[in-house]
Amino acid sequence: MTSLLFDVPGPRTRARHRIYSVAAWLLVAAIVAAAVWRMQTEGQLDYDKWEPLLTPEYIRVILVDGLLNTLRMAALAVLFALAFGIVFGIGKLSDHRWVRIPCWLVVEFFRAVPLLLLIIFIFYRFGIGDGIGAYWSVVIGLTLYNGSVLAEIFRAGVLAVPKGQSEAAYAIGMRKTQVMATVLLPQAVKIMIPAIISQCVVALKDTSLGYYIGAPGLTAIGKPIYVEFKNQVQMAIAIAALYIVANLVLSYLANLAQRRFVGERRKPLDVSMAGRTDRDTGIFKGGS
Amino acid sequence: MDDVFSSFDLVLRAFWLTLQLLVLSGVASLLLGTLLAALRVGPVKVLNRLGTLYVSVVRNTPLLVMFIFVFIASPTLDLFVGTPFLVKGVIALTIYTSAFVCEAVRSGINSVSLGQAEAARAIGLTFGGTMREVILPQAFRATVPPLASVLIALAKNTSVAAAFGLMEATARMRFFTNNNANDRVLIFLTFAIGYIIIVEVMSAGAYSFERRWRVAR
Repeated sequence: MTSLLFDVPGPRTRARHRIYSVAAWLLVAAIVAAAVWRMQTEGQLDYDKWEPLLTPEYIRVILVDGLLNTLRMAALAVLFALAFGIVFGIGKLSDHRWVRIPCWLVVEFFRAVPLLLLIIFIFYRFGIGDGIGAYWSVVIGLTLYNGSVLAEIFRAGVLAVPKGQSEAAYAIGMRKTQVMATVLLPQAVKIMIPAIISQCVVALKDTSLGYYIGAPGLTAIGKPIYVEFKNQVQMAIAIAALYIVANLVLSYLANLAQRRFVGERRKPLDVSMAGRTDRDTGIFKGGS
Repeated sequence: MDDVFSSFDLVLRAFWLTLQLLVLSGVASLLLGTLLAALRVGPVKVLNRLGTLYVSVVRNTPLLVMFIFVFIASPTLDLFVGTPFLVKGVIALTIYTSAFVCEAVRSGINSVSLGQAEAARAIGLTFGGTMREVILPQAFRATVPPLASVLIALAKNTSVAAAFGLMEATARMRFFTNNNANDRVLIFLTFAIGYIIIVEVMSAGAYSFERRWRVAR
């Protein structure tokens, strides 16, 4: 196999690689052994620490009160964020300055502010007492943040449709709204689907921030259990595992969608980073 | 609001801690992430898989859960017991961000087309020469925009440390909103502007680097 960085290895190189492999395996084995040993000596492998994770009632609490709430929050937030994203994404493409600039400001603001700061503000301003509560504070915070990112995705998606499409549509006498609704958006959606699904992964991960304000969800449900059983390590592993599985399922769907709608060769959509406005750059979407 | 301005040094000190978290974990995750990327593109299969495993596990775990591991779970394993909070925060942020740095660097390396390497070898450049003169300069340029967005995300992610007892900007805002119920909107905007300044400065810096190093393709 020739690769960018090295040629096809010869016999001596292959022998050296075998040595590296063995060394790497030994290192991995040593790390795993050290971890297991540490857990053993600290009594973390005792049955009573794992018991809540094997007891049906607790499993039900973790899955229903924890995972289900987390998924519900993420799903609601993504739905609202899609609506928000369409409105503001198209707003940013508007020909009228009085529409474009406010939309741009809103999107830039919510993309540049940390989500936790936003959630804390919403909760302590609107959520406490008779307010909307922790659950909706998280959903609204997620909606504003992910909606702004989606707005950027929508804008990039519409701009990624080849120019000839809109020119042809105008040439046969369509109006602006018609061009957007019947020509550009249907094609743009196809391009955007993978990016939208990866944003769903981000939203799902960010539901964990509800921990700070006591919103329901996986991270919140873990706390009373590890306070009672002193099994912080085990609960953290369980929570992380559930998040990882949920996200891997979503990523798998993203890959499927990518192959189904976009084709494998096409580059993923360009979405500029927060703080970057109308200068289109970048071939990679960064972290959450 | 008077409270905020009369004790504005508290705001500045909070943002100073945010910046410390950002810079320390930024540098650490650049180093760790580059190492991981080297493992992922290297010739040894086991190390490739290890790198891939690390990235897919860490990328799909919420940052908050990473903080729970470092701040809440580790002490029961007798790890990080006397460690200062700042260091623990940096550790959690570094574990998380290095996975994204790894992906950014790897995508940069992969963006150089194979023909470049083949041509470099064909004209007789050594391995070192190929790397130094041909591949790394191009890969490095392609890495700047994604790395910048990873680091901007990191700047915002430092706020998660607020949930674990670090008095950085987000925790400080929470403190002020507690005492000044009527000025919550203004207090929020004050702190939001602080973050926006950090993000805009990083973004402008990245953009100017990118422009300076851009090559025609």
